[in-house]
Amino acid sequence: MSGDRVTKALLFISSLTILLLSAGIVVSLFGGAVPAFREFGLRFITSSSWNPTAGSEQYGAMSFIAGTVITSILALIICIPMAFSTSLFIAEYYRGTRTAGILRSLVDLLAGIPSIVYGFWGFYALRPLLVATGLTDQGFGVFTASLVLAIMIVPYATSLSAEIISMVPAELKEAAYSLGATRREVIFSVVIPSARSGIIASFILALGRALGETMAVTMLIGNANVIPKGLFAPGNTMASVIANQFGEASGLKMSALIAIGLLLFLITALVNYLGKLIIKRFA
Amino acid sequence: MRVMYPEMTDNINRRNRTNSRFRYLVIAGSVITVIPIFLIVGNLAVKGFRQINLAFFTQPAPDTFQAMMAASSGEIIPGGIANGLTGSLLMVLLASLFAIPLGLMTGIYIYENGTTRYARFIRSLTEILQGVPSIILGIIAYLWVVKNITKGYSALAGSVSLAIMMLPLIIRSTEETMRMIPLSIREAAFALGTPYYKMIYKILIPVSFSGLATGVLLAISRILGETAPLMLTALGSPAISLDVTRPVSAVPLLIWDFYNDPNMVNLVWSASLFLMVFVLSMNLLARSVASKHKYI
Repeated sequence: MSGDRVTKALLFISSLTILLLSAGIVVSLFGGAVPAFREFGLRFITSSSWNPTAGSEQYGAMSFIAGTVITSILALIICIPMAFSTSLFIAEYYRGTRTAGILRSLVDLLAGIPSIVYGFWGFYALRPLLVATGLTDQGFGVFTASLVLAIMIVPYATSLSAEIISMVPAELKEAAYSLGATRREVIFSVVIPSARSGIIASFILALGRALGETMAVTMLIGNANVIPKGLFAPGNTMASVIANQFGEASGLKMSALIAIGLLLFLITALVNYLGKLIIKRFA
Repeated sequence: MRVMYPEMTDNINRRNRTNSRFRYLVIAGSVITVIPIFLIVGNLAVKGFRQINLAFFTQPAPDTFQAMMAASSGEIIPGGIANGLTGSLLMVLLASLFAIPLGLMTGIYIYENGTTRYARFIRSLTEILQGVPSIILGIIAYLWVVKNITKGYSALAGSVSLAIMMLPLIIRSTEETMRMIPLSIREAAFALGTPYYKMIYKILIPVSFSGLATGVLLAISRILGETAPLMLTALGSPAISLDVTRPVSAVPLLIWDFYNDPNMVNLVWSASLFLMVFVLSMNLLARSVASKHKYI
């Protein structure tokens, strides 16, 4: 019987490490952020000045919060038509066919490509194209970053949306067909209304992904510590400023970067929680 | 009577036209969505192919001067990514040593006690951990390991950040795999008087082995391409090093270094091509394991 007790204890202890790990992450982030918040108070969140010059140090997270929110939401807007049509293709129009299977694997492949490869590809292949359109001089900026981010989050939005769309009961659709509805009408008046919350949740979870993406955005957004002034203007996101400046940071600057990490942690946790909540309601 | 769907009362020809138009729109949208994957793979294959040779795998990264000389005389850049390969292997191995046993045990715990409030709480924590951006795990490993344990950038710090990334993935896949095991198998084991721990080691784990392996392989393929946390922890090193208390390089870190050095552009294409092919084949391997060995 002692084997049983040892096994049960081992399993319990390993579950306890998850508890300690999560608590440790939150405590360490809060602890590291304290000096920055003590120095600047709530102004740390609302201010957009970022001046690391010794003696007149000023740190505010607003430009990076704005950069993160703008790029992620723009990425989501670009991603919605792509993910929406792909999930309809997979789960409605060509459901169960070989073509749908191939499309699904191709979209899954997008999820497997490392972030840094996306960034590098965006820099050398996509950026020159954007420069050629004449909309932007350098090709860096919010739009370039969002475009690549959109491609990166498509697989997450697609796989969940497709699953939810395929769960819509056939009887509902057949009832609408029997009333003479065309396929498009069935999609818009039966499939989408009954899968609505699940589809919304899948896009919220994709947004959660976009918020924390680091490398691809760092390589494409132009790294200017200001609130982006337009679609093609450079900026910086919370994740990219940490990636760019953490290495040479110390003292108050490091604390400011950790505080940005804490804010990013809270924002992504909130967005993910919202997505999961909607899914649980749906299920 | 109220007309619920006014469009249905319209002219049938018009409805059929919008219907087929929408269908073409869906097909066009789907094609546009998959175009990037062909562009990315094609681009990397064409431009990265030239640099891939034996030296690419056996020699450490060149310094910028060597690369400049080669580039100016039109030759291929000497050297390769050996220091990144060894560093990646070292850190992934260490991370797996932490994360696989811990993840499997926690996953089994949640599955076995799924109804209790505590287990449900641990499951929610796992979901939150899974959503934490990887760069934040880099900060955490920096605060815990770089500052306090190794007193400097180190492979150990890198593996800690990667292990925290792997953990929730393995826990979730373990729990989901175990849930697919028919209850009758467990009941049969208990009916024969099998002790609890033997039931886990001799029945639950072997029966779900392919599912567990898939979860582990997918988790490894996720962390192989991670760059951001390693920038704050392992830092990178020009030499091949297997010392866990010292900085090491990794393939994605090398890509970052090459990217920042205009002389090395050709090497980035090859390193990116290699990393992408490696990660994608890991991914495919995981999927084929999942589809081939279905015990359950």
